[in-house]
Amino acid sequence: MAAIISDELAEEAAPPRPRRRRPVPVWRWVILVLTGVYFLIPLYAALRFAGIASFGQVVHQTGFSDALILSLKLAVMTTVLTLVLMVPTTIYVHLRLPRLRRLLESITILPIVIPPVVLIVGVLDVSPGFLKSTPYLLGLVYVILAMPFAYRALDAGLRALELRTLVDAASSLGARWPATLWRVILPNLRTALLSATVLTVALVLGEFTMASLDLYQTFPVWIVAFDQTSGPVSTAASLLALFVTWFFLMLIVTLASRRSRRGGGGQVELFSVRRTVR
Amino acid sequence: MTAKAAPAAAPGSTSDPGASPRRGLPSVLHRAWTLAGVVPFFVYVLLGLGLPAIAIAVGAFQNPDTGKFTLSNISIATHGIYLHGFIITAELSLITSIVPGILGLLIGYAIFTARRGALLRRVTITASGTFANFGGVPLAFLFIATLGTTGIATRWLTDIGFNPYTDGGFNLYDLGGVALVYLYFQIPLMVLIILPAFEGLRPAWREAAQNMGASTWHYWRYIGGPVLMPSFLGCLLLLFGSAFSAYATAEALTSGTIPLTAIQIGSFLNGNVLAGQQNVGKALGLGMVLIIAVLMVFYALLQRRAARWLQ
Amino acid sequence: MPTRKLFIAVAAVSGMVLAAGCSSSSSNGSSGSTASTAKAATATSVAAFGGMNGLVAACKKEGTLNVITLPANWANYGNIMKDFTAKYGIKINDANPDGSSQDEINAMQQLKGQSRAPDVLDMGTAFAIKADQLGLLAPYKVTTWSAIPANSKASDASWYDDYGGYVAIGYDSSKVKVPPTSFKDLLKPIYKNQVAINGNPTQASAAFSAVYASALANGGSLSNIEPGILYFKKLHQVGNFVPVTAGPTTVQSGQTPIVVWWDYLLASEIQSVVPSFKIVIPTDGHYAAYYSQAISKTAPDPACARLWEEYLYSTTGQNLWLQGKARPIELQTLISNGTVDKTANAALPAAPAGGLNFPTQAQESAAEAKVAQQWSSVIG
Repeated sequence: MAAIISDELAEEAAPPRPRRRRPVPVWRWVILVLTGVYFLIPLYAALRFAGIASFGQVVHQTGFSDALILSLKLAVMTTVLTLVLMVPTTIYVHLRLPRLRRLLESITILPIVIPPVVLIVGVLDVSPGFLKSTPYLLGLVYVILAMPFAYRALDAGLRALELRTLVDAASSLGARWPATLWRVILPNLRTALLSATVLTVALVLGEFTMASLDLYQTFPVWIVAFDQTSGPVSTAASLLALFVTWFFLMLIVTLASRRSRRGGGGQVELFSVRRTVR
Repeated sequence: MTAKAAPAAAPGSTSDPGASPRRGLPSVLHRAWTLAGVVPFFVYVLLGLGLPAIAIAVGAFQNPDTGKFTLSNISIATHGIYLHGFIITAELSLITSIVPGILGLLIGYAIFTARRGALLRRVTITASGTFANFGGVPLAFLFIATLGTTGIATRWLTDIGFNPYTDGGFNLYDLGGVALVYLYFQIPLMVLIILPAFEGLRPAWREAAQNMGASTWHYWRYIGGPVLMPSFLGCLLLLFGSAFSAYATAEALTSGTIPLTAIQIGSFLNGNVLAGQQNVGKALGLGMVLIIAVLMVFYALLQRRAARWLQ
Repeated sequence: MPTRKLFIAVAAVSGMVLAAGCSSSSSNGSSGSTASTAKAATATSVAAFGGMNGLVAACKKEGTLNVITLPANWANYGNIMKDFTAKYGIKINDANPDGSSQDEINAMQQLKGQSRAPDVLDMGTAFAIKADQLGLLAPYKVTTWSAIPANSKASDASWYDDYGGYVAIGYDSSKVKVPPTSFKDLLKPIYKNQVAINGNPTQASAAFSAVYASALANGGSLSNIEPGILYFKKLHQVGNFVPVTAGPTTVQSGQTPIVVWWDYLLASEIQSVVPSFKIVIPTDGHYAAYYSQAISKTAPDPACARLWEEYLYSTTGQNLWLQGKARPIELQTLISNGTVDKTANAALPAAPAGGLNFPTQAQESAAEAKVAQQWSSVIG
């Protein structure tokens, strides 16, 4: 494996010759600036059309807070369910059943290919009555929608780890399985977990088709459906939905980083180039 | 939680740390017990995805009025404008998975390696999550207001002497324009799902490579590339699926003037014109799943080739 | 251990949230006693309730009405719902306002037995016929049944037309200096990049009707919609057609100053926010269509469903539609009885002379199939 060979060579190398600091790569800034332009100009165009006053009109409509709270509840439910389902499964497959990885990949790609409008028809066809009468059916279905993204993030994160080494090291130090999971694997999956969480929450806060066909007023459904009197107001509503989603994601990410700092862990920041293994 | 408990109690295989040794269990039982760890996942998928999928597949073969078996839905779905729709959708999805795939990779790497970019990273991951799920009518309007015939960017460009429509042959409402708009949610999706993979690139390797005189190109060709390739391909697959089933944005931009399968499904399952032909929509949905299944085969072959590259 | 604490905290919070949510989720039981509900569910006229008072009393016992796919600014439904609630004290739940007729059929089938299933439906006639074939509708004759023309209702009273309008050309007079008056006009070069319709003709009936109208204007007929498709192809070739789904937003932002849509929607959705917007029925292609009302056989609030229909077909209801610039089905009767709202009637765009011709089911299905096959050739 390339990784092992390189590591060995790195160890063999004599004390490194002092090297000149490489010039700051220009390409990084070019890419970031171009990206910024592409994403921000359309937002600016919409903002200009909507006007600041329209935002007030959106927030004061009846149903705004009810819809937002329903969506937040669904987001919590879906995220917890998705993580509880996917994290142990993915770790388990990586460790014990690596041949099932391909199968898992194939299964988790399916929900993203079936258009939501088709899926909800199928779901409502087979769901029992007691589930159909509650909006939490949506929470259960959203787990399926979030599966492709959560799996991909977790898979990428697990591939980046030397999982077997970590697990063997932990067990040789006497750790039993729960401890290994809690204290060794999960902290090293922080990025992947965060990525998966962010994707899932954003998905729930933005999912429109299935909720509207299930006739429930989640936040995205409300944004489209509230008594819109004019173009600027409906544009303001969509922009507001964007900002609200982004706000809650920032909240999650900030809390997660702060918690790790307070816990005294070596890892303070997301995607830090250096990593300390516990 | 069953899955977590299962590894701890799994019978003795020597590669299973922390397990209590249990000897003499027949290998079939052993294998079954090992599989128990993934049972919750498969049960959930069976109930939440399998049952609805079966309902859809059954519907695809049913006559909507009589409920009897028929192949007419499938026949409609695989000919004429619907076949054309599959082809165009595949084209669009290919473009809007490869291009954002590469761009997303570059952007992700730029973010990942920024030295003092703590806030930048936080903003990027949250913005990516937000934009990855942004679409439909609002997104279409964003671009109409920017690059439509009277859009703000169109006007700026015309002022400096270059009208994208008349001079550049650009049209927001054709396939190229739609692809440009798709990038708005495909790039953030790519960034978000490729980011965890970068942690697999140990900085020690880069330093070692430099010390041995390897150029940047060599580093990527022999170390970085092979390490990232499996995850990269997986992300491309996801992007393809996402573009394939995207519907509301293209619908708002083109009003069906470009045949896209997801839009056609919408006309059957969710429309005001074609009454009683829902099952053709389900047949089209089935077609989408089959196309992805075919793609998965190519994907598996690609992964195998990439793994060989790793050696 | 911070990670463990975080997980416990998250689990506790979600547990509380879910518990609170589950306990407050809507109940599934149907309101009202089963005996009276059963009687109301099979009532075919107001006589079964012993008159209007009996009907009102039965509805008040039920307390709610579930409607579906009724946007507030569509044919004045916002005011209609408000007035109904004010008059009878019944709460109206308006689900999926932007939904389609197919959504209504799906909702009836999939939410059967739930308290949030739709009670009454307002959908395209083709869908009403389909729903009737699927056995989803309950027959009911409103008090003013005889005022509805014979060709605008089902013989078994399972559906009945309610309101409609003409395909019209709307334009923002502040941006469009030369008013267009016909489909032929729209091909002129001064209207470059300005003309749009409201959606995809294989999906949106307003867009489909626009194609039908343009067919009539270009030598086609109710059984030949192809000239309409060719017309839009030409419109695109000369650079006038913008494929975007037009609406108030695209008009206000100046992207689609000219929109071909139902006259009443041009009025209620666009003219209400763009004062300089004008509406004219094209001189060369007249096409009108009416939507249809129906009551769900498995309506959770059957008495209120029937009261709603009585209300809509009363003078008040019909005039409210008229005020929404739509043409109520009983308009002729209202005019001859003198009960019509004269100001609202005068505000309608002048109806073209000559009677209205509607396509038959067969003609419409053939036209739909043709559009489905050929619409994407308009651009490509």
